[in-house]
Amino acid sequence: MSKFHDHKGRPIVAVTGAGVVSSLGQGKQDNWDKLTSGVSGIHHIDRFPTEGLRTTVAGTVDFMNVEPRTAAGLSFALADCAAEEAIAESGLGKGDFPGPLFLASPPVEMEWSQRFQLDSEVDDPEIAGYKRLLSAARKNEHEAMYELLMFSRTAERLSDKHGTKGLPISLSTACASGATAVQQGVEAIRRGETDAALCIGTDGSVTTEALIRFSLLSALTTQNDIPEKAAKPFSKDRDGFVMAEGAGALVLESLESATARGANVIATIKGCGEKADHFHRTRSSPDGSPVIAAVNNALNDAGVAVDDIGYINAHGTSTPENDRMEYNSLKEVFGERIHNTPISSNKSMIGHTLTAAGAIEAVFSVLTLQHGKIPPTINYDTPDPDIPLDVVPGKYRDVPVTNVLSNSFGFGGQNACLVLSNDIV
Amino acid sequence: MSDNTTAKQSVWITGIGLLSSLGEGNDAHFKAVSAGKPRNLETERFKPYSIHTLVEPDWSQQISRRDMRQMEPWQQIGTYTAGLALDDANAKDEELCGRMDMIVAAGGGERDEEVDAAILKDGRSANDREALVTERLSNDLRPTLFLAQLSNLLAGNISIVHKVTGSSRTFMGEEGAGISAVQTAHARIASGQSDIVLVGGAFNGEREDMLLLFELGNALHHGDFQPVWSRQGEGSGFTVGSAGAFLVLECADHARKRKATPYAELKSVAADHGPRSPGAAAKRLGSAIASLGSTGKQAVLSGASGCAEVTKEEAELLASNLPDAPVRGYGTVTGHTIESQFPLGIALAALATSKGEFFAPFEASESNSDGTPDSIIVTTVGHWRGEGAALIKPVKDEA
Repeated sequence: MSKFHDHKGRPIVAVTGAGVVSSLGQGKQDNWDKLTSGVSGIHHIDRFPTEGLRTTVAGTVDFMNVEPRTAAGLSFALADCAAEEAIAESGLGKGDFPGPLFLASPPVEMEWSQRFQLDSEVDDPEIAGYKRLLSAARKNEHEAMYELLMFSRTAERLSDKHGTKGLPISLSTACASGATAVQQGVEAIRRGETDAALCIGTDGSVTTEALIRFSLLSALTTQNDIPEKAAKPFSKDRDGFVMAEGAGALVLESLESATARGANVIATIKGCGEKADHFHRTRSSPDGSPVIAAVNNALNDAGVAVDDIGYINAHGTSTPENDRMEYNSLKEVFGERIHNTPISSNKSMIGHTLTAAGAIEAVFSVLTLQHGKIPPTINYDTPDPDIPLDVVPGKYRDVPVTNVLSNSFGFGGQNACLVLSNDIV
Repeated sequence: MSDNTTAKQSVWITGIGLLSSLGEGNDAHFKAVSAGKPRNLETERFKPYSIHTLVEPDWSQQISRRDMRQMEPWQQIGTYTAGLALDDANAKDEELCGRMDMIVAAGGGERDEEVDAAILKDGRSANDREALVTERLSNDLRPTLFLAQLSNLLAGNISIVHKVTGSSRTFMGEEGAGISAVQTAHARIASGQSDIVLVGGAFNGEREDMLLLFELGNALHHGDFQPVWSRQGEGSGFTVGSAGAFLVLECADHARKRKATPYAELKSVAADHGPRSPGAAAKRLGSAIASLGSTGKQAVLSGASGCAEVTKEEAELLASNLPDAPVRGYGTVTGHTIESQFPLGIALAALATSKGEFFAPFEASESNSDGTPDSIIVTTVGHWRGEGAALIKPVKDEA
């Protein structure tokens, strides 16, 4: 074991660059200023008509200038923006990134505007449905539409632009995807396959249909009147999450390689843990055992005890079930200590950025470590007495933090946790 | 980027699950591929496209009726096939599945084609299409359909049905997803990070919404069936095939301890991608193959799609770099199975290896094989992006 290897003899993984975009703004400075000031990025949706929808608020990112605006196009633009910031900070060569790309990206399907366009290209009134769309596809060239719809395309464009090496990996573990992208990067470096990895989570998929799908599962809040107050994790009157968009990017490097090139190390990823749940497609095991295992796996992987965790960046979606389950599981792991450990949910301000959430929250965890400042949970007006946590209500707190636990959970039994640290920075 | 070939741990293939147009299970697949002809080729229903349609299994052998109702066909295919692989590896054990890692290559799920068609029809005369979409989707979409569409819910269903919960990752991105899934699973075991990994993919080709996606890229073969290497000029393109292909990969020591019998060793995997300027895909595939560390008498199982340019490039590369190796384009027999294509090729190579045989030619341009190869190279060149290759060898030490 050297100073470049961890308690299990693996290369220590350093963060040398980070970038973020959310409904709060573009870049770390803007996001951090607003996040620590308790500003919400949630607003009424004006991207598409919302008459007749049960939920009419979201944390969409509306300042990216993507034309024509498609979910795939916006997801690329957000990822690219975060990647630019992260790579610039790392000081690694522009356009020649020396490692692979791990991208958490939403599984984006054809948009209704595209279906209607294809439908209109055929005159024969007798052909209907997908036969008609297929007929249009055979009749005219649609290469741009095709490229946009390949699931591999967002990663390919990012890889081509930033010069990452090898076959890029696009992945999805639902709402844990961003954390999984970071985990993939950490593992590749630990296995010695590469000295650097670009890990990104992105989501620009707030569309009518996506909103309706989540709404039909009763996952979204319907508190539309005051959008900034709709996301209220850990509050008694929380009733669902707020869909949102954004991207987070991290440049990971082996500490040894970062040190050798004189890079500024801003944090380390000390540990990752995961555990799948076989209970139900959308609900967690009632005993919380998979979440408990994921947290324990992350702590063990990091070689830290619960006493070493100074702050928890919660998954904290603001759904009745998630927040209760997260508390119950953390209590199992942390015992009474959980009541004195600061825990906050960035989603109270930026909403639930779905595929991007784990990556964005990893970036905010890095900023927490760097600034010794814990961002608050806003809208905590009516605490849930069954969740007696120190949620850092309303206002940021100045507390030096050494280790952060960041939680991400998703549909399909996905649970992933990261431990980020600044103890060797 | 390739895995190093001096891995710490040998990676064995100890379980194979297959379901496709050729039937169900390993024997059915070995026999059908040995016969060298497609089966269950549907030529009328999706005209001008032919499709290698699934032979429906007795689903209840792997999936309860209650769970079946929660899935669309692509998830059913994958969950069923994963179960076959676990059974084949004798790995359906609560403790073992509880620490088993899983990597699934997945696309998107089926849409409700009737709902979409009705909206399109009414949209032609609607004053406000956006309002129409909102109203109709709110009323007509089944709430659970979303879960049957989400890419990671194939893995989610495998966790629920077969209790595989050590870890769960879903890779997306057409053929490349299958390549990355196998490559990552191999790297995990070779490095000592995992003892046992369930890896594979599933694809349902019998869907017009999926055909539409590929037709937009002019990637589909039209008209009468042709074997893959013959699809040049107007005949360019792939014929989709429904299939599930799952593998249980295992560290040799772990397999020995639980007395699991290996089919073959997955020696190495390499992959790359990049723009498809003329010759570029072949160059990357050539480098990938060269990095596998293959020696001796070789044979190639190619997952070539039939998309004219890259398929021709691949054929020329193999003829020039491996002139003595017999090459078989297994897509001729199975159809092109997108995310499943690479795991499927590895499964077929492992079966051939364990039997000490190789397949007879599938078309006139494929040369006869001369005895048993020392190793089999599996290739998959994505129809649009991504190139991958793997090396399969007999397990020398079974003690």
